[in-house]
Amino acid sequence: MTRYSIWSLARNGLLHHHEDWPQAWRSPEPKPAYEIVIVGGGGHGLATAFYLAKEHGVTDVAVLEKGWIGGGNVGRNTTIVRSNYLLDANARFYEHSLKLWEGLSRELNFNVMFSQRGVVNLCHSPAEMEGALRRGNAMRLNGIDAEWLDLAEVKRRVPLLDTSRHVRFPVIGGLLQPRGGTARHDAVAWGFARGADSLGVDIIQNCEVTGFRREGNRITAVETTRGAIRAKKIGLAVAGSTTLVAEKAGLRLPIESHLLQATVSEPLKPCLDLVVTSLVYHFYVSQSDKGELVMGAGLDGYNSYSQRGTLPAMEEVIESLLELFPAFGRVRQLRKWAGVMDMSMDGSPIISKTPIDNLYLNAGWCYGGFKATPGSGWVFADTIVNDRPHPLNQGFSLERFATGHTIDERGAGPTPGYH
Amino acid sequence: MLPIPCPHCGPRDEAEFIYGGDAKAKRPAMDAPDSAWIEYVFLRDNPRGPHRELWWHSLGCRRWLVVERDTLTHEIFGAAEPGADT
Repeated sequence: MTRYSIWSLARNGLLHHHEDWPQAWRSPEPKPAYEIVIVGGGGHGLATAFYLAKEHGVTDVAVLEKGWIGGGNVGRNTTIVRSNYLLDANARFYEHSLKLWEGLSRELNFNVMFSQRGVVNLCHSPAEMEGALRRGNAMRLNGIDAEWLDLAEVKRRVPLLDTSRHVRFPVIGGLLQPRGGTARHDAVAWGFARGADSLGVDIIQNCEVTGFRREGNRITAVETTRGAIRAKKIGLAVAGSTTLVAEKAGLRLPIESHLLQATVSEPLKPCLDLVVTSLVYHFYVSQSDKGELVMGAGLDGYNSYSQRGTLPAMEEVIESLLELFPAFGRVRQLRKWAGVMDMSMDGSPIISKTPIDNLYLNAGWCYGGFKATPGSGWVFADTIVNDRPHPLNQGFSLERFATGHTIDERGAGPTPGYH
Repeated sequence: MLPIPCPHCGPRDEAEFIYGGDAKAKRPAMDAPDSAWIEYVFLRDNPRGPHRELWWHSLGCRRWLVVERDTLTHEIFGAAEPGADT
Protein backbone atom coordinates (compact mmCIF):
# COMPACT_ATOMS: atom_id res chain seq x y z
CA MET A 1 0.00 0.00 0.00
CA THR A 2 1.24 3.49 -0.82
CA ARG A 3 1.21 5.65 2.28
CA TYR A 4 -0.51 8.90 1.46
CA SER A 5 1.68 11.88 2.31
CA ILE A 6 2.92 15.14 0.91
CA TRP A 7 5.75 13.14 -0.72
CA SER A 8 3.46 10.62 -2.41
CA LEU A 9 1.25 13.49 -3.57
CA ALA A 10 4.24 15.32 -5.06
CA ARG A 11 5.58 12.16 -6.68
CA ASN A 12 2.26 11.11 -8.19
CA GLY A 13 1.14 14.60 -9.06
CA LEU A 14 4.30 16.10 -10.48
CA LEU A 15 6.04 13.07 -11.93
CA HIS A 16 3.10 10.92 -13.01
CA HIS A 17 0.33 13.50 -13.50
CA HIS A 18 -1.94 11.49 -11.17
CA GLU A 19 -2.04 8.63 -13.68
CA ASP A 20 -0.12 6.12 -11.64
CA TRP A 21 -1.84 5.98 -8.24
CA PRO A 22 -2.11 2.36 -7.10
CA GLN A 23 -5.51 0.86 -6.34
CA ALA A 24 -6.62 1.63 -2.79
CA TRP A 25 -7.53 -2.01 -2.17
CA ARG A 26 -7.24 -5.31 -4.05
CA SER A 27 -10.09 -7.33 -5.54
CA PRO A 28 -8.93 -10.86 -4.68
CA GLU A 29 -10.62 -14.14 -5.55
CA PRO A 30 -12.16 -15.66 -2.41
CA LYS A 31 -10.05 -18.35 -0.76
CA PRO A 32 -11.83 -21.64 0.17
CA ALA A 33 -11.53 -20.92 3.89
CA TYR A 34 -10.90 -18.11 6.35
CA GLU A 35 -10.51 -17.78 10.08
CA ILE A 36 -13.27 -15.15 10.20
CA VAL A 37 -15.80 -14.16 7.56
CA ILE A 38 -17.62 -10.84 7.93
CA VAL A 39 -20.83 -10.67 5.92
CA GLY A 40 -21.45 -7.10 4.79
CA GLY A 41 -18.92 -4.64 3.38
CA GLY A 42 -20.53 -1.50 4.74
CA GLY A 43 -18.87 0.82 7.21
CA HIS A 44 -19.40 -1.51 10.15
CA GLY A 45 -18.22 -4.67 8.39
CA LEU A 46 -15.09 -2.96 7.07
CA ALA A 47 -14.37 -1.36 10.45
CA THR A 48 -14.75 -4.78 12.09
CA ALA A 49 -12.26 -6.31 9.66
CA PHE A 50 -9.86 -3.42 10.17
CA TYR A 51 -9.88 -3.72 13.96
CA LEU A 52 -9.68 -7.54 13.78
CA ALA A 53 -6.40 -7.11 11.97
CA LYS A 54 -5.16 -4.01 13.76
CA GLU A 55 -6.13 -4.70 17.38
CA HIS A 56 -6.17 -8.50 17.45
CA GLY A 57 -3.69 -9.50 14.75
CA VAL A 58 -6.29 -11.65 12.99
CA THR A 59 -5.65 -11.10 9.29
CA ASP A 60 -7.12 -14.30 7.81
CA VAL A 61 -10.38 -12.43 7.31
CA ALA A 62 -12.76 -11.97 4.38
CA VAL A 63 -15.40 -9.27 4.05
CA LEU A 64 -18.20 -10.41 1.72
CA GLU A 65 -20.14 -7.62 0.03
CA LYS A 66 -23.20 -8.22 -2.15
CA GLY A 67 -22.75 -4.97 -4.07
CA TRP A 68 -19.77 -2.65 -3.98
CA ILE A 69 -17.89 -0.81 -1.27
CA GLY A 70 -19.66 2.42 -0.36
CA GLY A 71 -22.88 1.46 -2.19
CA GLY A 72 -25.07 0.92 0.87
CA ASN A 73 -26.12 2.97 3.86
CA VAL A 74 -22.55 4.11 4.58
CA GLY A 75 -22.92 6.27 1.49
CA ARG A 76 -26.57 7.22 2.07
CA ASN A 77 -26.62 8.98 5.44
CA THR A 78 -26.49 12.55 6.72
CA THR A 79 -22.93 12.08 8.11
CA ILE A 80 -23.59 13.31 11.65
CA VAL A 81 -21.27 12.15 14.44
CA ARG A 82 -22.18 12.71 18.12
CA SER A 83 -22.40 10.96 21.47
CA ASN A 84 -25.11 13.02 23.22
CA TYR A 85 -27.02 10.13 24.78
CA LEU A 86 -28.88 9.90 28.07
CA LEU A 87 -28.65 6.21 28.91
CA ASP A 88 -25.35 4.85 30.22
CA ALA A 89 -25.02 1.95 27.76
CA ASN A 90 -25.50 4.28 24.79
CA ALA A 91 -23.44 7.15 26.20
CA ARG A 92 -20.37 5.03 26.93
CA PHE A 93 -20.48 3.17 23.65
CA TYR A 94 -20.99 6.23 21.46
CA GLU A 95 -18.40 8.23 23.39
CA HIS A 96 -15.87 5.46 22.76
CA SER A 97 -16.79 5.67 19.10
CA LEU A 98 -16.40 9.46 19.10
CA LYS A 99 -12.91 9.12 20.60
CA LEU A 100 -12.00 6.72 17.79
CA TRP A 101 -13.32 9.27 15.28
CA GLU A 102 -10.98 11.87 16.75
CA GLY A 103 -7.93 9.86 15.72
CA LEU A 104 -9.38 8.10 12.70
CA SER A 105 -7.85 10.05 9.81
CA ARG A 106 -4.39 9.49 11.25
CA GLU A 107 -5.06 5.85 12.13
CA LEU A 108 -6.30 5.08 8.61
CA ASN A 109 -3.83 7.39 6.82
CA PHE A 110 -6.93 8.57 5.00
CA ASN A 111 -8.65 11.92 5.46
CA VAL A 112 -12.19 11.19 6.62
CA MET A 113 -12.73 14.96 6.91
CA PHE A 114 -13.98 14.67 10.47
CA SER A 115 -15.18 18.14 11.40
CA GLN A 116 -15.98 18.74 15.07
CA ARG A 117 -18.09 21.78 14.42
CA GLY A 118 -20.57 21.00 17.21
CA VAL A 119 -24.08 19.54 17.23
CA VAL A 120 -26.87 21.58 18.82
CA ASN A 121 -30.29 20.19 19.78
CA LEU A 122 -32.73 23.11 19.70
CA CYS A 123 -35.39 23.20 22.40
CA HIS A 124 -38.76 24.80 21.81
CA SER A 125 -40.45 24.53 25.22
CA PRO A 126 -39.52 24.53 28.91
CA ALA A 127 -40.31 20.81 29.03
CA GLU A 128 -37.89 20.11 26.21
CA MET A 129 -35.29 22.27 27.90
CA GLU A 130 -35.66 20.30 31.14
CA GLY A 131 -35.22 17.07 29.21
CA ALA A 132 -32.19 18.39 27.37
CA LEU A 133 -30.59 19.69 30.56
CA ARG A 134 -31.13 16.33 32.21
CA ARG A 135 -29.48 14.64 29.25
CA GLY A 136 -26.66 17.19 29.29
CA ASN A 137 -26.02 16.48 32.97
CA ALA A 138 -26.10 12.73 32.35
CA MET A 139 -23.59 13.21 29.53
CA ARG A 140 -21.25 15.18 31.79
CA LEU A 141 -21.46 12.47 34.44
CA ASN A 142 -20.33 10.06 31.72
CA GLY A 143 -17.42 12.34 30.83
CA ILE A 144 -19.00 13.70 27.63
CA ASP A 145 -18.97 17.38 26.75
CA ALA A 146 -22.31 19.20 26.90
CA GLU A 147 -23.17 22.89 27.12
CA TRP A 148 -26.44 24.75 27.44
CA LEU A 149 -26.80 27.62 24.98
CA ASP A 150 -29.33 30.29 25.87
CA LEU A 151 -31.29 32.00 23.14
CA ALA A 152 -28.80 34.83 22.67
CA GLU A 153 -25.96 32.35 22.24
CA VAL A 154 -27.99 30.20 19.83
CA LYS A 155 -28.71 33.36 17.84
CA ARG A 156 -25.03 34.28 17.77
CA ARG A 157 -23.92 30.84 16.60
CA VAL A 158 -26.74 30.21 14.12
CA PRO A 159 -27.54 33.68 12.76
CA LEU A 160 -29.91 32.47 10.02
CA LEU A 161 -32.14 30.66 12.50
CA ASP A 162 -35.57 32.20 13.05
CA THR A 163 -35.49 33.01 16.76
CA SER A 164 -38.52 35.27 16.69
CA ARG A 165 -41.51 34.70 18.99
CA HIS A 166 -43.99 34.66 16.10
CA VAL A 167 -43.53 31.02 15.07
CA ARG A 168 -45.55 28.01 16.17
CA PHE A 169 -42.72 26.64 18.35
CA PRO A 170 -40.31 29.46 19.27
CA VAL A 171 -36.73 28.37 20.03
CA ILE A 172 -35.76 28.96 23.66
CA GLY A 173 -32.22 27.55 23.67
CA GLY A 174 -30.24 24.48 22.81
CA LEU A 175 -28.01 21.73 24.11
CA LEU A 176 -24.64 21.76 22.39
CA GLN A 177 -22.12 18.95 22.11
CA PRO A 178 -19.05 20.87 20.94
CA ARG A 179 -17.12 17.73 19.94
CA GLY A 180 -19.92 16.47 17.71
CA GLY A 181 -19.87 17.18 13.99
CA THR A 182 -19.76 15.51 10.61
CA ALA A 183 -17.43 13.31 8.57
CA ARG A 184 -17.16 12.49 4.89
CA HIS A 185 -19.13 9.25 4.66
CA ASP A 186 -17.60 7.80 1.49
CA ALA A 187 -14.11 8.46 2.82
CA VAL A 188 -14.98 6.43 5.91
CA ALA A 189 -15.90 3.42 3.75
CA TRP A 190 -12.86 3.83 1.52
CA GLY A 191 -10.50 4.50 4.42
CA PHE A 192 -11.56 1.41 6.35
CA ALA A 193 -11.50 -0.72 3.16
CA ARG A 194 -8.00 0.46 2.30
CA GLY A 195 -6.83 0.07 5.89
CA ALA A 196 -8.22 -3.45 6.26
CA ASP A 197 -6.88 -4.52 2.87
CA SER A 198 -3.39 -3.24 3.65
CA LEU A 199 -3.36 -5.42 6.78
CA GLY A 200 -4.19 -8.52 4.74
CA VAL A 201 -8.00 -8.67 4.81
CA ASP A 202 -9.66 -9.88 1.58
CA ILE A 203 -12.50 -7.60 0.50
CA ILE A 204 -14.72 -9.56 -1.86
CA GLN A 205 -17.28 -7.49 -3.71
CA ASN A 206 -20.20 -8.74 -5.82
CA CYS A 207 -20.44 -11.74 -3.52
CA GLU A 208 -23.89 -12.34 -2.10
CA VAL A 209 -24.45 -14.76 0.75
CA THR A 210 -27.11 -17.29 -0.25
CA GLY A 211 -27.06 -19.64 2.71
CA PHE A 212 -25.18 -21.19 5.60
CA ARG A 213 -23.95 -24.75 6.01
CA ARG A 214 -24.79 -25.98 9.48
CA GLU A 215 -23.28 -28.81 11.50
CA GLY A 216 -24.96 -29.14 14.87
CA ASN A 217 -25.07 -25.72 16.44
CA ARG A 218 -22.22 -24.37 14.32
CA ILE A 219 -21.92 -22.87 10.87
CA THR A 220 -19.17 -24.55 8.88
CA ALA A 221 -19.37 -22.57 5.67
CA VAL A 222 -21.01 -19.57 4.08
CA GLU A 223 -22.59 -20.27 0.70
CA THR A 224 -22.20 -17.41 -1.72
CA THR A 225 -22.72 -16.54 -5.36
CA ARG A 226 -18.97 -17.06 -5.71
CA GLY A 227 -18.91 -20.50 -4.11
CA ALA A 228 -18.85 -21.85 -0.58
CA ILE A 229 -16.38 -20.30 1.86
CA ARG A 230 -15.49 -22.16 5.05
CA ALA A 231 -15.05 -20.12 8.22
CA LYS A 232 -14.37 -20.74 11.90
CA LYS A 233 -16.35 -17.67 12.92
CA ILE A 234 -18.90 -15.58 11.07
CA GLY A 235 -19.96 -12.02 11.84
CA LEU A 236 -23.09 -10.47 10.30
CA ALA A 237 -22.95 -6.72 9.69
CA VAL A 238 -25.71 -6.24 7.13
CA ALA A 239 -27.94 -3.61 8.74
CA GLY A 240 -30.94 -2.93 6.50
CA SER A 241 -31.04 -6.55 5.37
CA THR A 242 -30.30 -8.25 8.70
CA THR A 243 -33.49 -10.26 8.94
CA LEU A 244 -33.12 -11.52 5.35
CA VAL A 245 -29.61 -12.86 5.98
CA ALA A 246 -30.28 -14.06 9.53
CA GLU A 247 -33.32 -15.96 8.28
CA LYS A 248 -30.97 -18.11 6.17
CA ALA A 249 -29.29 -19.08 9.42
CA GLY A 250 -32.65 -19.80 11.04
CA LEU A 251 -32.77 -16.72 13.30
CA ARG A 252 -35.88 -14.61 13.84
CA LEU A 253 -34.98 -11.15 15.14
CA PRO A 254 -36.56 -8.13 16.87
CA ILE A 255 -36.00 -5.96 13.79
CA GLU A 256 -38.14 -4.29 11.13
CA SER A 257 -36.76 -2.62 8.00
CA HIS A 258 -37.97 0.94 7.50
CA LEU A 259 -37.28 3.83 5.15
CA LEU A 260 -35.40 6.96 6.05
CA GLN A 261 -35.15 9.77 3.57
CA ALA A 262 -32.56 12.49 3.28
CA THR A 263 -32.02 15.33 0.89
CA VAL A 264 -29.46 17.95 -0.09
CA SER A 265 -29.86 21.43 -1.49
CA GLU A 266 -27.85 23.08 -4.20
CA PRO A 267 -24.45 24.29 -2.91
CA LEU A 268 -24.46 27.60 -1.01
CA LYS A 269 -21.72 29.82 0.39
CA PRO A 270 -20.84 28.87 3.98
CA CYS A 271 -23.81 29.94 6.12
CA LEU A 272 -24.40 27.24 8.72
CA ASP A 273 -21.56 26.50 11.12
CA LEU A 274 -23.15 23.96 13.46
CA VAL A 275 -25.05 20.76 12.90
CA VAL A 276 -28.51 22.00 13.89
CA THR A 277 -31.15 19.57 15.08
CA SER A 278 -34.56 20.31 16.47
CA LEU A 279 -36.25 18.14 19.05
CA VAL A 280 -39.84 19.13 18.35
CA TYR A 281 -39.49 18.70 14.59
CA HIS A 282 -37.19 15.71 14.85
CA PHE A 283 -35.14 17.35 12.11
CA TYR A 284 -31.41 17.78 11.45
CA VAL A 285 -29.42 19.88 9.01
CA SER A 286 -25.78 20.64 8.40
CA GLN A 287 -23.80 22.22 5.59
CA SER A 288 -21.38 19.98 3.72
CA ASP A 289 -17.92 21.07 2.66
CA LYS A 290 -19.31 21.40 -0.85
CA GLY A 291 -21.88 23.89 0.50
CA GLU A 292 -24.98 21.72 0.21
CA LEU A 293 -27.49 21.71 3.05
CA VAL A 294 -27.73 18.05 4.11
CA MET A 295 -30.93 17.27 5.97
CA GLY A 296 -33.33 14.64 7.12
CA ALA A 297 -36.11 13.97 9.60
CA GLY A 298 -38.08 10.92 10.72
CA LEU A 299 -38.93 7.61 9.10
CA ASP A 300 -41.62 7.17 6.49
CA GLY A 301 -43.13 4.91 9.13
CA TYR A 302 -43.92 1.59 7.48
CA ASN A 303 -41.92 -1.54 6.64
CA SER A 304 -40.01 -1.07 3.42
CA TYR A 305 -36.95 -2.22 1.51
CA SER A 306 -37.59 0.05 -1.45
CA GLN A 307 -34.77 2.62 -0.91
CA ARG A 308 -37.14 5.31 -2.14
CA GLY A 309 -39.57 7.21 0.03
CA THR A 310 -42.88 8.87 -0.59
CA LEU A 311 -43.68 12.57 -0.39
CA PRO A 312 -45.33 13.05 3.04
CA ALA A 313 -42.08 12.36 4.92
CA MET A 314 -40.08 14.58 2.56
CA GLU A 315 -42.67 17.33 3.03
CA GLU A 316 -42.01 17.17 6.77
CA VAL A 317 -38.27 17.59 6.18
CA ILE A 318 -38.81 20.70 4.06
CA GLU A 319 -41.46 22.14 6.39
CA SER A 320 -39.10 21.76 9.34
CA LEU A 321 -36.24 23.39 7.45
CA LEU A 322 -38.36 26.38 6.46
CA GLU A 323 -39.90 26.78 9.89
CA LEU A 324 -36.41 27.04 11.39
CA PHE A 325 -34.68 28.82 8.49
CA PRO A 326 -37.16 30.88 6.44
CA ALA A 327 -34.13 32.32 4.61
CA PHE A 328 -33.71 28.99 2.79
CA GLY A 329 -37.12 29.35 1.15
CA ARG A 330 -35.68 30.00 -2.31
CA VAL A 331 -32.99 27.35 -2.13
CA ARG A 332 -33.41 24.55 -4.65
CA GLN A 333 -33.39 20.90 -3.72
CA LEU A 334 -30.62 19.07 -5.55
CA ARG A 335 -31.50 15.45 -4.85
CA LYS A 336 -33.15 13.17 -2.35
CA TRP A 337 -32.74 9.52 -1.52
CA ALA A 338 -33.74 6.89 1.00
CA GLY A 339 -31.99 4.11 2.85
CA VAL A 340 -33.25 0.93 4.48
CA MET A 341 -32.95 1.16 8.27
CA ASP A 342 -32.56 -1.82 10.55
CA MET A 343 -35.08 -0.64 13.17
CA SER A 344 -34.70 -2.57 16.39
CA MET A 345 -37.55 -2.92 18.87
CA ASP A 346 -35.99 -0.55 21.44
CA GLY A 347 -34.15 1.84 19.14
CA SER A 348 -30.72 0.59 20.23
CA PRO A 349 -28.30 -1.62 18.32
CA ILE A 350 -27.57 -5.32 18.77
CA ILE A 351 -23.88 -6.29 18.96
CA SER A 352 -24.02 -9.75 20.34
CA LYS A 353 -23.42 -13.44 20.32
CA THR A 354 -26.33 -15.44 18.90
CA PRO A 355 -27.95 -18.80 19.66
CA ILE A 356 -25.58 -20.27 17.02
CA ASP A 357 -22.15 -20.94 18.55
CA ASN A 358 -19.89 -19.29 15.99
CA LEU A 359 -22.27 -16.67 14.57
CA TYR A 360 -22.05 -13.07 15.81
CA LEU A 361 -24.53 -10.30 15.12
CA ASN A 362 -24.06 -6.60 14.52
CA ALA A 363 -27.46 -5.12 13.66
CA GLY A 364 -30.38 -2.90 14.58
CA TRP A 365 -28.64 0.43 13.95
CA CYS A 366 -31.90 2.26 13.37
CA TYR A 367 -30.75 5.53 11.88
CA GLY A 368 -27.76 6.08 14.12
CA GLY A 369 -25.29 3.74 12.53
CA PHE A 370 -22.91 6.15 10.82
CA LYS A 371 -21.56 7.81 13.96
CA ALA A 372 -21.08 4.35 15.48
CA THR A 373 -18.95 3.03 12.60
CA PRO A 374 -15.51 2.91 14.30
CA GLY A 375 -16.89 2.02 17.73
CA SER A 376 -19.12 -0.69 16.31
CA GLY A 377 -16.26 -2.31 14.42
CA TRP A 378 -13.99 -2.01 17.44
CA VAL A 379 -16.32 -3.78 19.91
CA PHE A 380 -17.59 -6.28 17.34
CA ALA A 381 -14.02 -7.38 16.54
CA ASP A 382 -13.36 -7.76 20.26
CA THR A 383 -16.60 -9.73 20.75
CA ILE A 384 -15.81 -12.13 17.89
CA VAL A 385 -12.20 -12.76 18.89
CA ASN A 386 -12.93 -13.29 22.58
CA ASP A 387 -16.30 -15.00 22.09
CA ARG A 388 -17.91 -12.75 24.69
CA PRO A 389 -19.26 -9.20 24.65
CA HIS A 390 -16.89 -6.36 25.48
CA PRO A 391 -18.13 -4.33 28.50
CA LEU A 392 -19.04 -1.53 26.06
CA ASN A 393 -21.53 -3.69 24.17
CA GLN A 394 -22.67 -5.95 26.99
CA GLY A 395 -25.97 -4.06 27.14
CA PHE A 396 -26.56 -4.49 23.40
CA SER A 397 -27.22 -8.21 23.68
CA LEU A 398 -29.82 -10.08 21.68
CA GLU A 399 -31.28 -11.51 24.90
CA ARG A 400 -32.18 -8.14 26.35
CA PHE A 401 -35.61 -8.21 24.74
CA ALA A 402 -36.49 -11.47 26.47
CA THR A 403 -35.03 -10.41 29.84
CA GLY A 404 -36.60 -6.97 29.88
CA HIS A 405 -33.31 -5.03 29.77
CA THR A 406 -34.19 -2.99 26.70
CA ILE A 407 -32.29 0.27 26.08
CA ASP A 408 -35.04 2.60 24.98
CA GLU A 409 -33.48 6.07 24.69
CA ARG A 410 -36.68 7.60 23.39
CA GLY A 411 -39.10 5.68 25.60
CA ALA A 412 -41.20 4.71 22.60
CA GLY A 413 -41.69 1.03 23.45
CA PRO A 414 -41.48 -1.88 21.01
CA THR A 415 -42.65 0.14 17.99
CA PRO A 416 -39.73 0.31 15.55
CA GLY A 417 -41.30 3.06 13.47
CA TYR A 418 -41.32 5.48 16.42
CA HIS A 419 -37.66 5.32 17.50
CA MET B 1 -47.81 8.69 -2.01
CA LEU B 2 -49.22 5.33 -1.05
CA PRO B 3 -52.87 5.30 -2.16
CA ILE B 4 -54.57 3.01 0.33
CA PRO B 5 -57.90 1.62 -0.93
CA CYS B 6 -60.00 1.98 2.21
CA PRO B 7 -63.06 -0.28 1.87
CA HIS B 8 -65.15 2.40 3.62
CA CYS B 9 -63.80 5.66 2.15
CA GLY B 10 -62.24 4.68 -1.19
CA PRO B 11 -58.62 5.31 -2.20
CA ARG B 12 -57.01 7.75 0.25
CA ASP B 13 -53.53 9.23 0.79
CA GLU B 14 -51.21 7.49 3.27
CA ALA B 15 -51.05 10.78 5.22
CA GLU B 16 -54.55 10.00 6.56
CA PHE B 17 -53.39 6.71 8.05
CA ILE B 18 -51.30 5.53 10.98
CA TYR B 19 -49.25 2.40 10.52
CA GLY B 20 -49.89 -0.48 12.91
CA GLY B 21 -47.28 -3.04 11.86
CA ASP B 22 -47.39 -6.72 10.96
CA ALA B 23 -50.97 -8.00 11.02
CA LYS B 24 -49.70 -11.51 11.70
CA ALA B 25 -48.59 -10.72 15.26
CA LYS B 26 -51.36 -12.13 17.44
CA ARG B 27 -51.80 -11.27 21.11
CA PRO B 28 -51.38 -14.51 23.06
CA ALA B 29 -53.66 -15.68 25.85
CA MET B 30 -53.01 -13.96 29.19
CA ASP B 31 -51.70 -17.21 30.66
CA ALA B 32 -49.49 -18.05 27.67
CA PRO B 33 -45.81 -18.70 28.48
CA ASP B 34 -43.27 -15.85 28.35
CA SER B 35 -41.86 -17.18 25.09
CA ALA B 36 -45.19 -16.54 23.36
CA TRP B 37 -45.27 -12.96 24.68
CA ILE B 38 -41.66 -12.29 23.68
CA GLU B 39 -42.49 -13.50 20.21
CA TYR B 40 -45.62 -11.33 20.01
CA VAL B 41 -44.04 -8.16 21.37
CA PHE B 42 -40.59 -8.26 19.77
CA LEU B 43 -40.10 -10.76 16.93
CA ARG B 44 -41.15 -10.06 13.35
CA ASP B 45 -40.81 -11.81 9.97
CA ASN B 46 -39.94 -8.52 8.24
CA PRO B 47 -40.32 -9.94 4.70
CA ARG B 48 -39.04 -8.29 1.53
CA GLY B 49 -42.11 -8.72 -0.61
CA PRO B 50 -45.83 -9.10 0.17
CA HIS B 51 -46.66 -8.10 3.77
CA ARG B 52 -50.03 -8.13 5.54
CA GLU B 53 -50.07 -5.11 7.82
CA LEU B 54 -52.39 -3.00 9.92
CA TRP B 55 -53.22 0.61 9.08
CA TRP B 56 -55.58 2.85 11.07
CA HIS B 57 -57.58 5.35 9.04
CA SER B 58 -57.26 8.01 11.70
CA LEU B 59 -58.25 10.97 9.48
CA GLY B 60 -61.05 9.07 7.75
CA CYS B 61 -63.41 6.40 8.97
CA ARG B 62 -61.22 5.71 12.04
CA ARG B 63 -61.33 1.98 11.36
CA TRP B 64 -58.44 -0.47 11.46
CA LEU B 65 -57.65 -2.11 8.13
CA VAL B 66 -55.50 -5.00 7.00
CA VAL B 67 -53.57 -3.93 3.91
CA GLU B 68 -51.53 -6.28 1.77
CA ARG B 69 -48.56 -4.37 0.39
CA ASP B 70 -45.24 -5.27 -1.20
CA THR B 71 -42.42 -3.89 0.97
CA LEU B 72 -40.02 -3.76 -1.99
CA THR B 73 -42.19 -2.19 -4.69
CA HIS B 74 -44.86 -0.51 -2.47
CA GLU B 75 -47.56 -2.11 -4.65
CA ILE B 76 -50.82 -2.43 -2.70
CA PHE B 77 -52.86 -5.54 -3.43
CA GLY B 78 -55.90 -4.68 -1.34
CA ALA B 79 -57.31 -3.56 1.99
CA ALA B 80 -60.01 -5.13 4.10
CA GLU B 81 -61.53 -5.14 7.56
CA PRO B 82 -59.50 -7.25 9.96
CA GLY B 83 -61.17 -10.64 10.05
CA ALA B 84 -60.73 -14.04 11.54
CA ASP B 85 -58.05 -14.94 8.98
CA THR B 86 -55.74 -12.05 9.86
